[in-house]
Amino acid sequence: MIRLQSVTKVYPTSARPALDNVDVEIEKGEFVFLVGQSGSGKSTFLRLVLREEKVTRGSIWVAGKDLTRLSHWKVPALRRQIGTVFQDFRLLPNKTVSENVAFALEVIGKPRHSIAKVVPEVLDLVGLAGKEDRMPNELSGGEQQRVAVARAFVNRPMILLADEPTGNLDPTTSVGIMRLLDRINRTGTTVVMATHDSHIVDSMRRRVIELEEGHVTRDQSRGVYGYSR
Amino acid sequence: MRWSFVFAEMWQGLRRNLTMTVATILTITIALFGLGAAWLFHAQINRTHDYWFGKIEISVYLKQASTGPQQDAIQQELNSLPQVKQVFFENRHEAWLRFKKEFASSSPALVNNTSEAQMPQSFRVKLKNPKEYNVVAQAVQNMPGVDQVAAEAEALKKLFAFFDTLERSVLFIALIALVVALLLIFNNVRLAAYTRRREVGIMRLVGASDTYIQAPFVLEIVVSAIIGAAIASGALFMLKLVVFDHGIGRTFKSNLLDIIGWGTVAQAIPYLLLTAVVGSVLMAVGTLQRYLRV
Repeated sequence: MIRLQSVTKVYPTSARPALDNVDVEIEKGEFVFLVGQSGSGKSTFLRLVLREEKVTRGSIWVAGKDLTRLSHWKVPALRRQIGTVFQDFRLLPNKTVSENVAFALEVIGKPRHSIAKVVPEVLDLVGLAGKEDRMPNELSGGEQQRVAVARAFVNRPMILLADEPTGNLDPTTSVGIMRLLDRINRTGTTVVMATHDSHIVDSMRRRVIELEEGHVTRDQSRGVYGYSR
Repeated sequence: MRWSFVFAEMWQGLRRNLTMTVATILTITIALFGLGAAWLFHAQINRTHDYWFGKIEISVYLKQASTGPQQDAIQQELNSLPQVKQVFFENRHEAWLRFKKEFASSSPALVNNTSEAQMPQSFRVKLKNPKEYNVVAQAVQNMPGVDQVAAEAEALKKLFAFFDTLERSVLFIALIALVVALLLIFNNVRLAAYTRRREVGIMRLVGASDTYIQAPFVLEIVVSAIIGAAIASGALFMLKLVVFDHGIGRTFKSNLLDIIGWGTVAQAIPYLLLTAVVGSVLMAVGTLQRYLRV
């Protein structure tokens, strides 16, 4: 589903590569934690998969597409196969819960009747049934992140990328979000989650890829968070 | 493409930056009005040129003391010029009759105090190409017996110069306004892209196409441009009514000057619209290429 071959990424403003000769292969339906300190290359990894950045050397395949050869106008089609969740939720403050989710479908030109059908379904899935008409600022952090997950998942992507999705949440709320991501993973969606949260990684016992200064230092199935705590 | 969504976004954008929208519309209006006005002045100049040069003839006035051989030499010289179509001789009596006819009603005193003997004799010269009147005038100007050479074009030169200056100043102002309008569009699009950066960020993330992301911004500017062009067109009709028909038309009587018609104004409108739409689309798309890269 995601394959990086000898990928190096150098930002023009930095001497040290953000990713240095990285080889990673993630199969369809896997749940993978990306761990490592700030600046270790986790975010760069996710940005490369989203094709927000291009690799400097090496090749990267996502959902069957060679991103090094993907032309500019095909990038939107790629991103429709990928859902993304961030630490800061990134909801539109002037739209209701269901409008926020519907927005993701409207802007890719989905017909109105199908939007009206799938938005309540996905809100039900993330446990927000009954809160469709709330504004984001009327929700708790955990609920806002559920809206973000709903928006990322509403188009049934093959891949879900989560960049520190529990970073702004308390432990109990975080567990709820992890349950949700786990449930989404069980539908066959590949989940890649960058995180600092050792408790979550330890309790989930899923594949762990650890990055350090742009190198993969560990790739372990059913791993734990692991580095010096 | 779901146009209802695109139009809703566009409408929101227009209202959100209302002051900028109004400023853009007004600047586009001024720029287009200036261009249109310059075009009307230009059309008026051409029309006046054509009208007058079609009728132009040169009068070679002879001195009272000119002799018969001198007159023959002048006539020969005129006939030998390739630019000349026809030469008539006007004697004192004919000149007197024409003078009486022209001024009898307006200034009878002048006619009463003037005798036939004071009238000059002259050659009236019709030209093949009226624009070459200078060549003919110079050829005979200094011949013995010639008092002065008058071309009716001289009287019109002032009028043409006036129109020319008007056209140029209006065009100058219009070009400045055009530059301002383009800069405002640039700024407006940038501002709109900035105020909607959250939406745009999410649109890019969920895989909205470039067209979908950019269409509301471009449409916003195009709507402003069309409104601007419409106001400018209305203003051109006002200009034709007030300046051309009432101003110029009354100052120079209608038999002296052929004023441009409403058709000339109407002809300008599609060009104004085209300029507005093409200019604004190019500017908006160009700006978005820089500020909304996916």
